[in-house]
Amino acid sequence: MSRWALRIGTLGYLALLLLVPVGFVFYRAFEHGFGHAWHAVTTPAAVHALELTLISAAVAVPVNTVFGIILALALVRTRFPGRGLVNAVVDLPLALSPVVVGLSLYLLYGRGGWLGGLADHGIRVLFSLPGIVLATLFVSMPFVVREVVPVLREIGTEQEQAAETLGARPMQIFRRITFPAIRWAVAYGVVLTTARVIGEFGAVSAVAGTKLTLPLYVRAEVENFDTSGAYAASVVLALIAIATVVVLRAFHPREETG
Amino acid sequence: MKIISIALVSVTVLAGSAHGASKGTTVDLVAYSTPKDAFGKIISAFQKTSAGSGVGFSQSYNASFDQARAVAAGQSADVVALSLDPDIDYLVRKGLVPKNWSENSHRGITSNSVVVFVVRDGNPKHIKGWSDLVKPDIQVITPNPFTSGGARWNVMAAYGAQRRGGKTDKQAVKYLNKLFHHVPVQPDSARAALQVFAQGKGDVLLTYENDAIFANKKGVHTDYHIPKATILIETPAALTKSGLKKPAAKSFYRYIWSATAQRAFADQGYRPVLKSVAKGRFYKPPGLFTINSRKYGLNGWTKVQRRFFNPQHGIMAAIERSLGH
Amino acid sequence: MGSWPRSRGRLATESITAAPPLAGLSGGALARGVAMGYLSVVVLLPLAALIWASRAGGLGSIWDAATQPEAAAALRLTLGLAAICALVNAVAGTAIAWTLVRDRFPGKGAVDAVIDLPFALPTIVAGLTLLALYGPGGPFGIDVAFTRTGLMFALLFVTLPFVVRAVQPVLLELDTEMEEAAASLGAGSFAIFRRIVFPNLLPAILSGVALAFARAVGEFGAVVLISGNLPFKTEAASVYIFGQLQSDNQSSAAAVSVVLLFISLGVLLAIGGIRRRRTRHDRV
Repeated sequence: MSRWALRIGTLGYLALLLLVPVGFVFYRAFEHGFGHAWHAVTTPAAVHALELTLISAAVAVPVNTVFGIILALALVRTRFPGRGLVNAVVDLPLALSPVVVGLSLYLLYGRGGWLGGLADHGIRVLFSLPGIVLATLFVSMPFVVREVVPVLREIGTEQEQAAETLGARPMQIFRRITFPAIRWAVAYGVVLTTARVIGEFGAVSAVAGTKLTLPLYVRAEVENFDTSGAYAASVVLALIAIATVVVLRAFHPREETG
Repeated sequence: MKIISIALVSVTVLAGSAHGASKGTTVDLVAYSTPKDAFGKIISAFQKTSAGSGVGFSQSYNASFDQARAVAAGQSADVVALSLDPDIDYLVRKGLVPKNWSENSHRGITSNSVVVFVVRDGNPKHIKGWSDLVKPDIQVITPNPFTSGGARWNVMAAYGAQRRGGKTDKQAVKYLNKLFHHVPVQPDSARAALQVFAQGKGDVLLTYENDAIFANKKGVHTDYHIPKATILIETPAALTKSGLKKPAAKSFYRYIWSATAQRAFADQGYRPVLKSVAKGRFYKPPGLFTINSRKYGLNGWTKVQRRFFNPQHGIMAAIERSLGH
Repeated sequence: MGSWPRSRGRLATESITAAPPLAGLSGGALARGVAMGYLSVVVLLPLAALIWASRAGGLGSIWDAATQPEAAAALRLTLGLAAICALVNAVAGTAIAWTLVRDRFPGKGAVDAVIDLPFALPTIVAGLTLLALYGPGGPFGIDVAFTRTGLMFALLFVTLPFVVRAVQPVLLELDTEMEEAAASLGAGSFAIFRRIVFPNLLPAILSGVALAFARAVGEFGAVVLISGNLPFKTEAASVYIFGQLQSDNQSSAAAVSVVLLFISLGVLLAIGGIRRRRTRHDRV
């Protein structure tokens, strides 16, 4: 009996908090027909916002992946003082408010900031694509690292050491031994990073100014009472999120649910 | 470290400029919070003209003084369309807008409006005059005068209406104090205030007539009432120093006063400044005054801004402090 | 090649222990240098600029800015609601994890997948969905927009996965022998839970709760629509900071941000401490 109560309680909680709200947005978006929603999401402003979102992802995700792997290698395969501190810094974006992230970038690259001089040399960081990319890099930094680190630790260094004694160079070792071992972890991290980069709102709000990514576009539409535009854009973002969840699931077989 | 930083930024700048390069000139419009739909129509019309074809626009809409501060902090702007002269004069002081920005046929004023009372459908609490606002149970929504231009127009409308009704300066200031004690929340912009009111908070919202009309257009269940005594809102626009360097920006700026643009304003509920377009379309309240109506103690924005809205010594600062803010 | 631990409920700190460095890897120094350079540019430099800006008016000004009436109200509200949210998650998250691990029903896999949705969904979309459903004009006739309850809903949405994902793997690994033995000796199910299962779950629950708390304290996108951001009433700390930034009060925004930064660091330290105690406990 208590099993049923627990089941209904938890499923009910999930339904009311998660499923029904997300489903309702789909309903509202398509309430007046598919054509209406399509029209709302293909306005020039919406298309611009989607373009900007995808371009910033196209830059940020590879950068974070490459450096994430390097960071993981440095953390697991080398020793240096302050390694624990570096760990904490890597985890920090997960616990830090995105507005604080955005503000930090604003203070660094704005007028009067330490790197504010870049603007005088024609390099616009704030209110422009570089600022958006830097904001998304900051908040998505942990994902690839956290996925790769445990795998690196698990697989140990035997194979790599063996290859080295046979005369292989570091890049060869990485390409033929290390990377194949971590590639699924990297893929998983890439999916998480991509979802986070596309969906980031708080940090990007602080640095983007007039430029609207798709999440920022949703807010702007709500504030202008253009609810159909807001719902349509939300559906696009929700579909990306659902695709993310599905892909993550595919990478990760059912073993963890018992 | 610096190399990595510059490398990162360069990659993204290249990507971004590749994205932007295909578009030709871009004109950056920075405006106060309400005229998004109006400027949207004007920009579309402009882009159909020969001067405007192929010109891209970036637009930003937010509380008037917040926008002025953003531009001063580095946000790019070619045309600034703000809620009132002082916010543009702020940019003049910061060296971003030329001193003679208002020396054209309409003193730089793009459109007019009036302060109105937005009420619930059917005006259930029968709010008609300024004295109704300070009745015991009435809650008034207005934005914060230190971020919003619309809020400052509201304050001066309230003050001026009292003076027109025969009150002395001291009594009018007392009224302002009383009024703000009926304000439960001060959102940061006029549009944000409309959001708050639309969500069900407050009995009456003080705002631009054009935003009241906008609310009706968007299906919000409100009515609006133009009080007998109210102020003429005159919203200015200026070309910034960077805008002066862009022929497209200069063309767009001039276009704002074309008949097409002024008609677009009228369609969105703004009172056009072009007499030919404005003819007979809007109701003129009997007690309409302006910020320059000396007989009601309104001697121009420069003096009013200093006396009422100085952040330390102004009358509104004292009132906000008495509210615990 | 095997699988890897699902780490969304856990942190890098858990996995970094003594691992033999790659012998003679000159690339190691390069990797370290590049990694540190990247970390500095992307994370450390901006945070340093933040801390520097906050002390612009002297150390005392941080305290002054954070104790301004509106700032203090926002901080109190945020910390209070985040704490309640963390507690609700402790109970609900554990219950959900239990149902997912120990129960069987059709569609369980789908339900398990859905838990990840708050991780993947942009926060502004989460906020809009809640506003649409539980705000004015919502189909249930409930309107919690512009209230603390609405704010709470938003926080519960975004923190949902943390405790669930922290507890699930521990529950999976748990050997049910002791529970079965206790049951055969006549112990009631609640007593079994309290005395046998719960102590094993507690470290996982605590780290999930800590992460949920940190997330709730910093949340912006989900709260900004439904809460109405009414100063002194429903304005979250993150919204206050953003407002200060928009009004160009940079040092005030920085000061309150530094408070949030230290809270985040404190939470990470706490989680690290829980980790260390658990591994010490396990080794016994």
